[in-house]
Amino acid sequence: MLEVQGLRKVYDGHGRRVEAIADLTFTVGGGEFACVVGPSGCGKTTLLRCIAGLLPPTSGQVRVAGEPIAVVFQEYGRSLFPWLRVAQNVELPLKAAKMPRAQRQRQVDEALAAVGLADAHDAYPWQLSGGMQQRVAIARAIAYGPSVLLMDEPFAAVDAQTRADLEDLIRSVWQRLGVTLLFVTHDIDESVYLGQRVIVLSSAPTRVVENIVIDLPGERDQLTTRADPRFAELRARIYAHIKKLPSQRAEHGSTHDLSR
Amino acid sequence: MSRALWGLAGLAIFAALGEALPRLGLISPLYAPPLSRILSLLGDQVQQPRFWTATVDTLKTWALGLLIAVVAGVVLGVAIGAVPVLRAATASTIEFLRPIPSVALIPLVSLLYGATITSTLVLVVYASFWQVLVQVLHGVADVDPVAHDTARAYRLGRWARVRYLFWPTALPYAVTGVRLAASVALILAITGELLIGSPGLGREIGNAQDSGAVPQMYALVIVTGLIGLAANLFARMAERRVLAWHPAIRGEVPV
Ligand SMILES: Nc1ncnc2c1ncn2[C@@H]1O[C@H](COP(=O)(O)OP(=O)(O)OP(=O)(O)O)[C@@H](O)[C@H]1O
Ligand SMILES: [Mg+2]
Repeated sequence: MLEVQGLRKVYDGHGRRVEAIADLTFTVGGGEFACVVGPSGCGKTTLLRCIAGLLPPTSGQVRVAGEPIAVVFQEYGRSLFPWLRVAQNVELPLKAAKMPRAQRQRQVDEALAAVGLADAHDAYPWQLSGGMQQRVAIARAIAYGPSVLLMDEPFAAVDAQTRADLEDLIRSVWQRLGVTLLFVTHDIDESVYLGQRVIVLSSAPTRVVENIVIDLPGERDQLTTRADPRFAELRARIYAHIKKLPSQRAEHGSTHDLSR
Repeated sequence: MSRALWGLAGLAIFAALGEALPRLGLISPLYAPPLSRILSLLGDQVQQPRFWTATVDTLKTWALGLLIAVVAGVVLGVAIGAVPVLRAATASTIEFLRPIPSVALIPLVSLLYGATITSTLVLVVYASFWQVLVQVLHGVADVDPVAHDTARAYRLGRWARVRYLFWPTALPYAVTGVRLAASVALILAITGELLIGSPGLGREIGNAQDSGAVPQMYALVIVTGLIGLAANLFARMAERRVLAWHPAIRGEVPV
Protein backbone atom coordinates (compact mmCIF):
# COMPACT_ATOMS: atom_id res chain seq x y z
CA MET A 1 0.00 0.00 0.00
CA LEU A 2 1.06 3.55 -0.68
CA GLU A 3 -0.11 6.56 1.26
CA VAL A 4 0.63 10.17 0.40
CA GLN A 5 -0.57 12.65 2.98
CA GLY A 6 -0.43 16.42 2.78
CA LEU A 7 2.66 16.22 0.58
CA ARG A 8 4.21 19.58 -0.27
CA LYS A 9 7.48 20.23 -2.02
CA VAL A 10 9.14 23.57 -2.54
CA TYR A 11 12.40 23.76 -4.46
CA ASP A 12 14.48 26.62 -3.17
CA GLY A 13 17.89 27.44 -4.48
CA HIS A 14 19.94 29.29 -7.06
CA GLY A 15 17.71 32.33 -6.65
CA ARG A 16 14.56 30.49 -7.74
CA ARG A 17 11.80 29.31 -5.49
CA VAL A 18 9.28 26.92 -7.03
CA GLU A 19 6.37 25.35 -5.25
CA ALA A 20 6.35 22.15 -7.29
CA ILE A 21 3.67 20.44 -5.20
CA ALA A 22 1.21 22.39 -3.08
CA ASP A 23 -0.74 19.73 -1.24
CA LEU A 24 -1.27 16.13 -2.34
CA THR A 25 -3.21 13.47 -0.49
CA PHE A 26 -4.14 10.07 -1.95
CA THR A 27 -3.83 6.37 -1.26
CA VAL A 28 -3.10 3.48 -3.57
CA GLY A 29 -4.20 0.11 -2.23
CA GLY A 30 -1.94 -2.92 -2.16
CA GLY A 31 -1.77 -4.52 -5.60
CA GLU A 32 -3.66 -1.64 -7.18
CA PHE A 33 -2.77 -0.09 -10.57
CA ALA A 34 -3.10 3.69 -10.30
CA CYS A 35 -2.25 6.26 -12.95
CA VAL A 36 -1.29 9.86 -12.30
CA VAL A 37 -2.02 12.37 -15.06
CA GLY A 38 -1.21 16.01 -15.07
CA PRO A 39 0.22 18.69 -17.34
CA SER A 40 3.94 19.03 -17.98
CA GLY A 41 5.79 20.65 -15.09
CA CYS A 42 3.06 19.97 -12.53
CA GLY A 43 5.41 17.96 -10.32
CA LYS A 44 4.81 14.36 -11.34
CA THR A 45 8.49 13.47 -11.33
CA THR A 46 8.89 15.34 -8.06
CA LEU A 47 6.07 13.25 -6.57
CA LEU A 48 7.68 9.99 -7.66
CA ARG A 49 11.05 11.04 -6.29
CA CYS A 50 9.45 11.83 -2.94
CA ILE A 51 7.72 8.44 -2.88
CA ALA A 52 10.92 6.62 -3.86
CA GLY A 53 12.76 8.32 -1.00
CA LEU A 54 15.09 10.20 -3.35
CA LEU A 55 13.84 13.61 -2.27
CA PRO A 56 12.77 14.81 1.18
CA PRO A 57 9.31 16.44 1.14
CA THR A 58 9.06 20.00 2.43
CA SER A 59 6.16 18.85 4.55
CA GLY A 60 3.69 16.00 4.64
CA GLN A 61 4.29 12.29 4.62
CA VAL A 62 4.76 9.38 2.30
CA ARG A 63 4.15 5.92 3.67
CA VAL A 64 4.96 2.86 1.64
CA ALA A 65 4.00 -0.53 2.97
CA GLY A 66 6.16 -3.22 1.41
CA GLU A 67 9.69 -3.31 0.13
CA PRO A 68 11.44 -3.07 -2.20
CA ILE A 69 10.45 -0.19 -4.46
CA ALA A 70 11.48 -0.27 -8.10
CA VAL A 71 11.55 2.85 -10.26
CA VAL A 72 11.45 3.25 -14.04
CA PHE A 73 12.75 6.73 -14.72
CA GLN A 74 11.52 9.19 -17.32
CA GLU A 75 15.03 9.53 -18.78
CA TYR A 76 15.48 5.79 -19.20
CA GLY A 77 18.52 6.19 -21.44
CA ARG A 78 20.44 7.98 -18.72
CA SER A 79 19.30 5.57 -16.04
CA LEU A 80 21.00 2.62 -17.74
CA PHE A 81 24.74 2.37 -17.19
CA PRO A 82 26.50 2.53 -20.58
CA TRP A 83 29.56 0.67 -19.28
CA LEU A 84 27.48 -2.39 -18.36
CA ARG A 85 25.87 -4.80 -20.79
CA VAL A 86 22.10 -5.23 -20.80
CA ALA A 87 22.10 -8.31 -18.57
CA GLN A 88 24.59 -6.68 -16.19
CA ASN A 89 22.38 -3.61 -15.91
CA VAL A 90 19.40 -5.76 -15.00
CA GLU A 91 21.49 -7.82 -12.61
CA LEU A 92 23.18 -4.96 -10.74
CA PRO A 93 20.44 -4.24 -8.14
CA LEU A 94 20.22 -7.97 -7.38
CA LYS A 95 23.97 -8.15 -6.98
CA ALA A 96 23.88 -5.18 -4.62
CA ALA A 97 21.20 -7.03 -2.64
CA LYS A 98 23.62 -9.98 -2.37
CA MET A 99 21.30 -12.44 -4.08
CA PRO A 100 22.95 -15.81 -4.87
CA ARG A 101 24.32 -16.04 -8.39
CA ALA A 102 22.07 -18.80 -9.72
CA GLN A 103 18.90 -17.06 -8.58
CA ARG A 104 20.15 -13.78 -10.00
CA GLN A 105 20.75 -15.41 -13.33
CA ARG A 106 17.27 -16.91 -13.38
CA GLN A 107 15.54 -13.64 -12.52
CA VAL A 108 17.51 -11.71 -15.13
CA ASP A 109 16.70 -14.29 -17.81
CA GLU A 110 13.02 -14.28 -16.91
CA ALA A 111 12.74 -10.51 -16.83
CA LEU A 112 14.48 -10.02 -20.17
CA ALA A 113 12.34 -12.74 -21.73
CA ALA A 114 9.21 -11.06 -20.33
CA VAL A 115 10.02 -7.82 -22.15
CA GLY A 116 10.97 -9.66 -25.35
CA LEU A 117 14.70 -9.05 -25.12
CA ALA A 118 15.89 -12.60 -24.52
CA ASP A 119 18.55 -12.18 -27.21
CA ALA A 120 19.94 -8.84 -26.06
CA HIS A 121 21.82 -9.99 -22.94
CA ASP A 122 25.25 -9.10 -24.27
CA ALA A 123 24.42 -5.84 -26.02
CA TYR A 124 25.35 -2.50 -24.54
CA PRO A 125 22.34 -0.23 -23.89
CA TRP A 126 23.57 2.31 -26.44
CA GLN A 127 23.44 -0.34 -29.15
CA LEU A 128 19.67 -0.57 -28.69
CA SER A 129 16.82 1.60 -29.92
CA GLY A 130 14.98 3.89 -27.51
CA GLY A 131 12.07 1.49 -27.14
CA MET A 132 14.42 -1.40 -26.46
CA GLN A 133 16.31 0.63 -23.85
CA GLN A 134 13.01 1.38 -22.17
CA ARG A 135 12.23 -2.33 -22.07
CA VAL A 136 15.61 -2.97 -20.45
CA ALA A 137 14.74 -0.44 -17.75
CA ILE A 138 11.40 -2.20 -17.27
CA ALA A 139 13.15 -5.58 -17.12
CA ARG A 140 15.46 -4.23 -14.43
CA ALA A 141 12.45 -3.16 -12.39
CA ILE A 142 10.69 -6.51 -12.85
CA ALA A 143 13.77 -8.56 -11.99
CA TYR A 144 14.12 -6.61 -8.76
CA GLY A 145 10.92 -8.32 -7.59
CA PRO A 146 9.36 -5.14 -6.18
CA SER A 147 6.19 -4.91 -4.16
CA VAL A 148 5.81 -1.30 -5.29
CA LEU A 149 6.61 -0.18 -8.83
CA LEU A 150 6.86 3.48 -9.80
CA MET A 151 6.94 4.42 -13.48
CA ASP A 152 7.56 7.93 -14.78
CA GLU A 153 6.16 8.54 -18.28
CA PRO A 154 7.88 5.41 -19.50
CA PHE A 155 6.40 5.45 -23.00
CA ALA A 156 6.73 9.13 -23.81
CA ALA A 157 9.42 8.58 -26.42
CA VAL A 158 8.28 5.53 -28.35
CA ASP A 159 6.12 5.15 -31.45
CA ALA A 160 2.42 4.27 -31.26
CA GLN A 161 2.78 0.57 -32.06
CA THR A 162 5.62 -0.02 -29.58
CA ARG A 163 3.69 1.98 -27.06
CA ALA A 164 0.59 -0.21 -27.41
CA ASP A 165 2.77 -3.31 -27.02
CA LEU A 166 4.50 -1.92 -23.94
CA GLU A 167 1.16 -0.94 -22.39
CA ASP A 168 -0.08 -4.51 -22.71
CA LEU A 169 3.25 -5.73 -21.39
CA ILE A 170 2.88 -3.60 -18.26
CA ARG A 171 -0.68 -4.79 -17.71
CA SER A 172 0.41 -8.42 -17.92
CA VAL A 173 3.43 -7.87 -15.67
CA TRP A 174 1.24 -6.16 -13.11
CA GLN A 175 -1.32 -8.97 -13.19
CA ARG A 176 1.39 -11.60 -12.86
CA LEU A 177 3.43 -9.99 -10.08
CA GLY A 178 0.62 -8.45 -8.07
CA VAL A 179 2.64 -5.27 -7.44
CA THR A 180 1.28 -1.94 -6.33
CA LEU A 181 1.81 0.21 -9.40
CA LEU A 182 1.90 3.97 -9.69
CA PHE A 183 2.14 4.98 -13.33
CA VAL A 184 2.77 8.60 -14.28
CA THR A 185 1.75 9.82 -17.71
CA HIS A 186 0.47 12.92 -19.42
CA ASP A 187 -1.54 10.87 -21.89
CA ILE A 188 -5.16 10.67 -20.73
CA ASP A 189 -6.11 7.77 -23.03
CA GLU A 190 -3.18 5.79 -21.74
CA SER A 191 -4.14 6.41 -18.11
CA VAL A 192 -7.71 5.23 -18.71
CA TYR A 193 -6.61 2.21 -20.68
CA LEU A 194 -4.04 1.08 -18.11
CA GLY A 195 -5.27 1.92 -14.65
CA GLN A 196 -7.85 0.84 -12.15
CA ARG A 197 -7.82 4.40 -10.96
CA VAL A 198 -6.69 7.72 -12.35
CA ILE A 199 -5.47 10.54 -10.14
CA VAL A 200 -5.72 13.84 -12.01
CA LEU A 201 -3.37 16.61 -10.91
CA SER A 202 -3.76 20.33 -11.51
CA SER A 203 -0.96 22.47 -12.85
CA ALA A 204 1.18 24.27 -10.25
CA PRO A 205 0.41 24.84 -7.41
CA THR A 206 -0.34 21.17 -7.69
CA ARG A 207 -3.32 19.49 -6.04
CA VAL A 208 -5.44 16.43 -6.75
CA VAL A 209 -8.28 17.60 -8.97
CA GLU A 210 -10.05 14.30 -9.29
CA ASN A 211 -9.61 10.70 -8.26
CA ILE A 212 -11.54 8.55 -10.74
CA VAL A 213 -12.17 4.83 -10.45
CA ILE A 214 -11.84 3.18 -13.86
CA ASP A 215 -14.62 0.60 -13.88
CA LEU A 216 -13.64 -1.02 -17.15
CA PRO A 217 -13.38 -4.83 -17.26
CA GLY A 218 -10.11 -6.31 -16.01
CA GLU A 219 -9.31 -7.97 -19.33
CA ARG A 220 -8.27 -5.12 -21.59
CA ASP A 221 -7.51 -5.09 -25.25
CA GLN A 222 -6.25 -2.23 -27.39
CA LEU A 223 -9.16 -2.50 -29.83
CA THR A 224 -12.22 -3.43 -27.80
CA THR A 225 -11.38 -1.50 -24.63
CA ARG A 226 -10.68 1.71 -26.47
CA ALA A 227 -13.92 1.27 -28.45
CA ASP A 228 -15.93 0.75 -25.24
CA PRO A 229 -18.43 3.62 -24.68
CA ARG A 230 -17.48 3.65 -21.02
CA PHE A 231 -13.86 4.30 -22.06
CA ALA A 232 -15.00 7.35 -23.99
CA GLU A 233 -17.04 8.59 -21.04
CA LEU A 234 -14.19 8.30 -18.57
CA ARG A 235 -11.78 9.91 -20.93
CA ALA A 236 -14.17 12.80 -21.60
CA ARG A 237 -14.54 13.33 -17.88
CA ILE A 238 -10.81 13.61 -17.37
CA TYR A 239 -10.44 15.86 -20.41
CA ALA A 240 -13.02 18.17 -18.93
CA HIS A 241 -10.83 18.59 -15.85
CA ILE A 242 -7.66 19.10 -17.80
CA LYS A 243 -9.44 21.60 -20.08
CA LYS A 244 -10.04 23.82 -17.06
CA LEU A 245 -6.34 23.91 -16.40
CA PRO A 246 -5.26 26.57 -18.92
CA SER A 247 -7.41 29.21 -17.20
CA GLN A 248 -6.02 28.06 -13.87
CA ARG A 249 -2.56 28.38 -15.29
CA ALA A 250 -3.27 31.93 -16.37
CA GLU A 251 -4.28 32.81 -12.82
CA HIS A 252 -1.25 31.35 -11.11
CA GLY A 253 1.44 31.26 -13.74
CA SER A 254 2.70 27.84 -14.73
CA THR A 255 5.50 27.93 -12.21
CA HIS A 256 4.28 29.62 -9.11
CA ASP A 257 7.05 32.02 -8.33
CA LEU A 258 6.87 32.69 -4.60
CA SER A 259 9.85 34.99 -4.44
CA ARG A 260 8.04 37.87 -6.09
CA MET B 1 47.66 12.56 -49.25
CA SER B 2 46.87 10.87 -46.00
CA ARG B 3 47.62 12.42 -42.64
CA ALA B 4 50.40 9.97 -41.90
CA LEU B 5 52.14 10.90 -45.15
CA TRP B 6 51.88 14.61 -44.39
CA GLY B 7 53.33 13.90 -40.98
CA LEU B 8 56.26 12.02 -42.50
CA ALA B 9 56.84 14.78 -45.05
CA GLY B 10 56.93 17.36 -42.29
CA LEU B 11 59.40 15.29 -40.33
CA ALA B 12 61.60 14.84 -43.39
CA ILE B 13 61.67 18.60 -44.07
CA PHE B 14 62.53 19.25 -40.43
CA ALA B 15 65.36 16.72 -40.62
CA ALA B 16 66.65 18.22 -43.88
CA LEU B 17 66.72 21.69 -42.29
CA GLY B 18 68.52 20.26 -39.26
CA GLU B 19 71.15 18.90 -41.59
CA ALA B 20 71.38 21.76 -44.08
CA LEU B 21 71.32 24.88 -41.89
CA PRO B 22 74.49 24.04 -39.89
CA ARG B 23 76.27 22.75 -43.01
CA LEU B 24 75.51 25.93 -44.96
CA GLY B 25 76.83 27.94 -42.04
CA LEU B 26 73.46 29.61 -41.39
CA ILE B 27 73.63 28.35 -37.81
CA SER B 28 76.91 27.82 -36.04
CA PRO B 29 77.67 24.06 -35.93
CA LEU B 30 79.08 24.78 -32.49
CA TYR B 31 75.57 25.31 -31.07
CA ALA B 32 73.63 23.15 -33.48
CA PRO B 33 75.59 20.35 -35.06
CA PRO B 34 74.17 18.74 -38.23
CA LEU B 35 71.59 16.07 -37.61
CA SER B 36 73.73 13.30 -39.09
CA ARG B 37 76.42 14.01 -36.52
CA ILE B 38 73.92 13.95 -33.67
CA LEU B 39 72.50 10.68 -34.90
CA SER B 40 75.89 9.05 -35.31
CA LEU B 41 76.73 10.10 -31.75
CA LEU B 42 73.44 8.66 -30.62
CA GLY B 43 74.57 5.42 -32.27
CA ASP B 44 77.74 5.51 -30.17
CA GLN B 45 75.78 6.28 -27.05
CA VAL B 46 73.49 3.31 -27.25
CA GLN B 47 76.51 1.03 -27.15
CA GLN B 48 77.65 2.36 -23.81
CA PRO B 49 76.39 0.84 -20.55
CA ARG B 50 76.50 4.27 -18.94
CA PHE B 51 73.81 5.51 -21.31
CA TRP B 52 71.58 2.58 -20.49
CA THR B 53 72.06 2.99 -16.75
CA ALA B 54 71.00 6.62 -17.07
CA THR B 55 67.99 5.73 -19.23
CA VAL B 56 66.86 3.04 -16.82
CA ASP B 57 67.26 5.45 -13.89
CA THR B 58 65.12 8.04 -15.61
CA LEU B 59 62.48 5.49 -16.60
CA LYS B 60 62.43 4.12 -13.06
CA THR B 61 61.96 7.54 -11.50
CA TRP B 62 59.32 8.37 -14.05
CA ALA B 63 57.35 5.12 -13.74
CA LEU B 64 57.53 4.87 -9.97
CA GLY B 65 56.57 8.50 -9.49
CA LEU B 66 53.73 8.18 -11.95
CA LEU B 67 52.48 5.02 -10.29
CA ILE B 68 52.44 6.60 -6.84
CA ALA B 69 50.74 9.72 -8.18
CA VAL B 70 48.09 7.77 -10.09
CA VAL B 71 47.21 5.46 -7.21
CA ALA B 72 47.06 8.32 -4.72
CA GLY B 73 45.20 10.61 -7.13
CA VAL B 74 42.58 8.02 -8.04
CA VAL B 75 41.97 6.75 -4.51
CA LEU B 76 41.79 10.23 -2.98
CA GLY B 77 39.86 11.63 -5.94
CA VAL B 78 37.11 9.02 -5.76
CA ALA B 79 36.97 9.17 -1.97
CA ILE B 80 36.81 12.97 -1.84
CA GLY B 81 34.47 13.21 -4.80
CA ALA B 82 32.02 10.64 -3.48
CA VAL B 83 31.69 12.28 -0.06
CA PRO B 84 30.28 15.83 -0.39
CA VAL B 85 31.56 16.89 3.06
CA LEU B 86 35.12 15.90 2.20
CA ARG B 87 34.83 17.68 -1.10
CA ALA B 88 33.76 20.93 0.50
CA ALA B 89 36.43 20.63 3.19
CA THR B 90 39.32 20.03 0.77
CA ALA B 91 38.40 22.29 -2.15
CA SER B 92 40.25 25.41 -1.00
CA THR B 93 43.32 23.49 0.18
CA ILE B 94 43.56 21.82 -3.21
CA GLU B 95 43.17 25.15 -4.98
CA PHE B 96 46.02 26.50 -2.86
CA LEU B 97 48.47 23.61 -3.20
CA ARG B 98 47.88 22.75 -6.84
CA PRO B 99 49.34 25.89 -8.48
CA ILE B 100 52.64 25.60 -6.58
CA PRO B 101 55.12 24.70 -9.33
CA SER B 102 56.97 21.53 -8.47
CA VAL B 103 60.33 23.13 -9.32
CA ALA B 104 59.78 25.57 -6.45
CA LEU B 105 60.24 22.58 -4.17
CA ILE B 106 63.73 21.81 -5.49
CA PRO B 107 65.59 23.64 -2.69
CA LEU B 108 63.45 21.88 -0.12
CA VAL B 109 63.93 18.36 -1.47
CA SER B 110 67.68 18.80 -2.05
CA LEU B 111 67.94 19.92 1.56
CA LEU B 112 66.01 16.88 2.72
CA TYR B 113 67.32 14.13 0.44
CA GLY B 114 70.38 15.52 -1.37
CA ALA B 115 71.19 14.54 -4.96
CA THR B 116 69.25 11.28 -4.81
CA ILE B 117 66.50 9.66 -6.80
CA THR B 118 64.18 10.25 -3.85
CA SER B 119 64.49 14.01 -4.34
CA THR B 120 63.47 13.81 -7.96
CA LEU B 121 60.78 11.28 -7.13
CA VAL B 122 59.13 13.72 -4.74
CA LEU B 123 59.00 16.36 -7.48
CA VAL B 124 57.58 13.89 -9.98
CA VAL B 125 54.91 12.67 -7.57
CA TYR B 126 53.94 16.17 -6.50
CA ALA B 127 53.54 17.45 -10.04
CA SER B 128 51.68 14.49 -11.50
CA PHE B 129 49.47 13.83 -8.48
CA TRP B 130 47.48 17.04 -9.04
CA GLN B 131 46.91 16.22 -12.70
CA VAL B 132 45.26 12.94 -11.74
CA LEU B 133 43.44 14.21 -8.66
CA VAL B 134 41.83 17.17 -10.37
CA GLN B 135 40.70 15.10 -13.34
CA VAL B 136 39.23 12.38 -11.14
CA LEU B 137 37.42 15.00 -9.03
CA HIS B 138 35.90 16.47 -12.18
CA GLY B 139 34.97 12.98 -13.29
CA VAL B 140 33.18 12.09 -10.09
CA ALA B 141 31.36 15.43 -10.17
CA ASP B 142 30.15 14.52 -13.66
CA VAL B 143 28.04 11.59 -12.43
CA ASP B 144 24.68 11.74 -14.18
CA PRO B 145 21.96 12.75 -11.70
CA VAL B 146 19.54 10.23 -13.19
CA ALA B 147 22.11 7.45 -12.92
CA HIS B 148 22.76 8.52 -9.34
CA ASP B 149 19.04 8.43 -8.56
CA THR B 150 18.92 4.99 -10.12
CA ALA B 151 21.72 3.76 -7.87
CA ARG B 152 19.97 5.15 -4.81
CA ALA B 153 16.52 3.90 -5.78
CA TYR B 154 17.86 0.38 -6.31
CA ARG B 155 19.70 0.50 -2.99
CA LEU B 156 23.25 0.23 -4.20
CA GLY B 157 25.53 0.50 -1.17
CA ARG B 158 28.42 2.92 -0.96
CA TRP B 159 30.93 0.41 -2.29
CA ALA B 160 28.67 -0.67 -5.17
CA ARG B 161 28.12 2.97 -6.08
CA VAL B 162 31.84 3.63 -6.17
CA ARG B 163 32.50 0.52 -8.20
CA TYR B 164 29.61 0.65 -10.67
CA LEU B 165 28.86 4.37 -10.90
CA PHE B 166 31.51 6.79 -9.63
CA TRP B 167 34.51 4.89 -10.90
CA PRO B 168 33.22 4.17 -14.44
CA THR B 169 32.05 7.78 -14.77
CA ALA B 170 35.40 9.12 -13.60
CA LEU B 171 37.43 6.66 -15.66
CA PRO B 172 37.62 8.69 -18.91
CA TYR B 173 38.74 11.70 -16.87
CA ALA B 174 41.21 9.57 -14.92
CA VAL B 175 42.69 8.25 -18.15
CA THR B 176 43.13 11.80 -19.43
CA GLY B 177 44.69 12.67 -16.08
CA VAL B 178 47.14 9.80 -16.38
CA ARG B 179 48.08 10.84 -19.90
CA LEU B 180 48.75 14.43 -18.78
CA ALA B 181 50.54 13.19 -15.68
CA ALA B 182 52.79 10.96 -17.79
CA SER B 183 54.19 13.96 -19.70
CA VAL B 184 54.46 16.11 -16.60
CA ALA B 185 56.23 13.30 -14.74
CA LEU B 186 58.82 13.01 -17.52
CA ILE B 187 59.42 16.75 -17.52
CA LEU B 188 59.92 16.75 -13.77
CA ALA B 189 62.12 13.65 -13.83
CA ILE B 190 64.50 15.29 -16.33
CA THR B 191 64.34 18.67 -14.56
CA GLY B 192 65.11 17.09 -11.20
CA GLU B 193 68.06 15.15 -12.59
CA LEU B 194 69.37 18.22 -14.36
CA LEU B 195 69.07 20.63 -11.45
CA ILE B 196 69.50 18.40 -8.40
CA GLY B 197 71.97 16.04 -10.06
CA SER B 198 70.21 12.81 -9.22
CA PRO B 199 71.16 9.94 -11.55
CA GLY B 200 69.44 9.77 -14.94
CA LEU B 201 69.39 11.22 -18.46
CA GLY B 202 68.90 14.76 -17.12
CA ARG B 203 72.21 14.60 -15.25
CA GLU B 204 73.92 13.19 -18.36
CA ILE B 205 72.62 16.11 -20.39
CA GLY B 206 74.05 18.47 -17.76
CA ASN B 207 77.38 16.64 -17.82
CA ALA B 208 77.55 16.76 -21.61
CA GLN B 209 76.93 20.49 -21.54
CA ASP B 210 79.58 21.05 -18.85
CA SER B 211 82.20 19.21 -20.88
CA GLY B 212 81.24 21.01 -24.08
CA ALA B 213 79.98 17.83 -25.77
CA VAL B 214 77.21 19.59 -27.67
CA PRO B 215 76.28 16.84 -30.20
CA GLN B 216 76.10 14.34 -27.34
CA MET B 217 73.81 16.69 -25.45
CA TYR B 218 71.51 16.86 -28.45
CA ALA B 219 71.57 13.09 -28.79
CA LEU B 220 70.36 12.76 -25.20
CA VAL B 221 67.70 15.41 -25.71
CA ILE B 222 66.38 13.40 -28.65
CA VAL B 223 66.23 10.31 -26.46
CA THR B 224 64.11 12.13 -23.85
CA GLY B 225 61.82 13.26 -26.65
CA LEU B 226 61.44 9.69 -27.87
CA ILE B 227 60.59 8.52 -24.36
CA GLY B 228 57.90 11.19 -24.12
CA LEU B 229 56.51 10.17 -27.49
CA ALA B 230 56.41 6.50 -26.51
CA ALA B 231 54.70 7.35 -23.22
CA ASN B 232 52.00 9.31 -25.01
CA LEU B 233 51.38 6.58 -27.61
CA PHE B 234 51.17 4.01 -24.87
CA ALA B 235 48.71 6.14 -22.89
CA ARG B 236 46.48 6.58 -25.94
CA MET B 237 46.50 2.85 -26.62
CA ALA B 238 45.51 2.16 -23.03
CA GLU B 239 42.75 4.77 -23.37
CA ARG B 240 41.22 2.91 -26.29
CA ARG B 241 41.24 -0.39 -24.51
CA VAL B 242 39.83 0.87 -21.21
CA LEU B 243 37.10 3.06 -22.69
CA ALA B 244 35.62 0.82 -25.36
CA TRP B 245 32.08 1.72 -24.20
CA HIS B 246 32.69 5.46 -24.17
CA PRO B 247 30.90 7.64 -26.78
CA ALA B 248 34.21 9.18 -27.92
CA ILE B 249 35.69 5.77 -28.61
CA ARG B 250 32.99 3.21 -29.27
CA GLY B 251 32.03 4.18 -32.81
CA GLU B 252 29.57 2.19 -34.86
CA VAL B 253 29.20 -1.53 -34.49
CA PRO B 254 30.24 -3.39 -37.62
CA VAL B 255 27.40 -5.55 -38.93
N1 LIG C 1 15.93 19.87 -9.01
C1 LIG C 1 15.07 20.89 -9.16
N2 LIG C 1 15.39 22.10 -8.68
C2 LIG C 1 14.53 23.14 -8.81
N3 LIG C 1 13.31 23.06 -9.38
C3 LIG C 1 12.95 21.87 -9.88
C4 LIG C 1 13.81 20.72 -9.79
N4 LIG C 1 13.16 19.68 -10.37
C5 LIG C 1 11.97 20.16 -10.78
N5 LIG C 1 11.82 21.47 -10.49
C6 LIG C 1 10.66 22.30 -10.77
O1 LIG C 1 9.54 21.67 -10.21
C7 LIG C 1 8.43 21.73 -11.10
C8 LIG C 1 7.89 20.33 -11.35
O2 LIG C 1 8.89 19.59 -12.05
P1 LIG C 1 8.69 18.05 -12.38
O3 LIG C 1 9.92 17.58 -13.08
O4 LIG C 1 8.31 17.32 -11.14
O5 LIG C 1 7.46 18.12 -13.39
P2 LIG C 1 6.78 16.94 -14.24
O6 LIG C 1 5.33 16.96 -13.91
O7 LIG C 1 7.49 15.67 -14.06
O8 LIG C 1 6.97 17.45 -15.73
P3 LIG C 1 7.09 16.61 -17.10
O9 LIG C 1 5.73 16.10 -17.44
O10 LIG C 1 7.54 17.64 -18.10
O11 LIG C 1 8.09 15.54 -16.86
C9 LIG C 1 8.92 22.46 -12.33
O12 LIG C 1 8.49 23.78 -12.24
C10 LIG C 1 10.41 22.39 -12.24
O13 LIG C 1 10.98 23.57 -12.77
MG1 LIG D 1 8.58 14.41 -15.25
